[in-house]
Amino acid sequence: MTTHPPSPPAGLILPSYERPSGLHPPLDSPGYRSTALRAPSQPLVMIPQGLTEITGPVLGEGRVAPADADLTTQHAGQPMGERIIVTGRVLDSDGRPIPATLVEVWQANAAGRYQHATDIHPAPLDPNFSGVGRCVTDSEGRYRFVTIKPGAYPWRNHPNAWRPAHIHFSLFGRAFTQRLVTQMYFPNDPLFEYDPIFNSIPDPKARQRLISRFDINLTEPDWALGYEWDIVLRGSAGTVFEAQPVAGKQPVAGRQGAQR
Amino acid sequence: MTGLPLTPSQTVGPYLSIGLPWPDGPTVVPEDTPGAITITGRLLDGEGAPIPDGLIETWQADPDGRFAHPDDPRGAPAHGTAFRGFGRCPTAPDGGYRIVTLRPGALPSPDGGREAPHLDVSVFARGLLDRVVTRIYFPDEAEANADDPVLSAITDPARRDTLIAAADADDKTRFQFTIRLQGDRETVFFDV
Repeated sequence: MTTHPPSPPAGLILPSYERPSGLHPPLDSPGYRSTALRAPSQPLVMIPQGLTEITGPVLGEGRVAPADADLTTQHAGQPMGERIIVTGRVLDSDGRPIPATLVEVWQANAAGRYQHATDIHPAPLDPNFSGVGRCVTDSEGRYRFVTIKPGAYPWRNHPNAWRPAHIHFSLFGRAFTQRLVTQMYFPNDPLFEYDPIFNSIPDPKARQRLISRFDINLTEPDWALGYEWDIVLRGSAGTVFEAQPVAGKQPVAGRQGAQR
Repeated sequence: MTGLPLTPSQTVGPYLSIGLPWPDGPTVVPEDTPGAITITGRLLDGEGAPIPDGLIETWQADPDGRFAHPDDPRGAPAHGTAFRGFGRCPTAPDGGYRIVTLRPGALPSPDGGREAPHLDVSVFARGLLDRVVTRIYFPDEAEANADDPVLSAITDPARRDTLIAAADADDKTRFQFTIRLQGDRETVFFDV
């Protein structure tokens, strides 16, 4: 027989996260050509959520300086383009804010060009704009970036293909299960209907959740326009009724932890 | 219940390397840390071609099988030192990546069994509209691997073997783990 370290007490109770089905784009989305050789052909294997999945990296303050959240002040001069504020909250689907979690963003400049060697779009680079930011959410799960509104740009997916203007967002939440990388779009973009990446999300209502909301109250007069966008990560699994506490009974298993 | 609707995923696209890599991303621990191991590998597409614009992230327990995380019901790690547990490496032009870390310990699982030492892996790339998740297990943990509930659930031995790193013939601190997104010897990916 194998020898193992001592077993833990029976009934290791872990939080459990919902598994969305039909929410995310199918990995094999033929309209987006790059999926053809990169989407796995075998179905995903469902595994239990163990300790590795319900924990996750705690990445925060040591990795981020306050100036990292302002993409307009990273160089000697002002970047070209329309200065904007992008802010919102990181929540889980139970409505709980996720504080102290790392948010990373990257984007094209106002002309639709990335500061990247393989971006060959013949639009100008901006020496005063790198297009990279990061911040840590506050106690209410709120993030806030000051940046430049990115431009749309052409890509070679199909003839006359253009990406709607977007900012890439990377989120950790509190657990490995919650990790999410996505893109935030801007209201009323005429390119939405032509973009196979945006439209790879099966539910049209879910696509709308990637579009930020212009809010006059978030603008700073004489300085910057304001957009709000909340991000919702996976919350606790299943429909759990808030049971009345019964004297002498323990809380319902599987429900603790994720309430944090 | 509030039941807020979830935010859907989108691809990282081809330019993630301006935003996501960190200088210390691949070194979960400094290279000269006693007991450090190095995991290298390549990220390959359905034709076996290298993927040069991907990102590999790893998440794992410390050598005692503990997590410095509030949802680990066993409490804080006994040693009290901060083990980051998280690695991140963009892929190179040849699809290569490299993570320097410590060997994770075995873990208790919720069903009362034990999980063999492993790293959870997220793979991001242009052409992946959502991350894909896999695990790295160790080739010199045959007994623990045989009892592992995740490995045991994969009945095809060839599929299961895609999750086990290759040992280095000369150096016990080096492991090799190829990630094939599609096709021949496609890596097993998980719904977590």
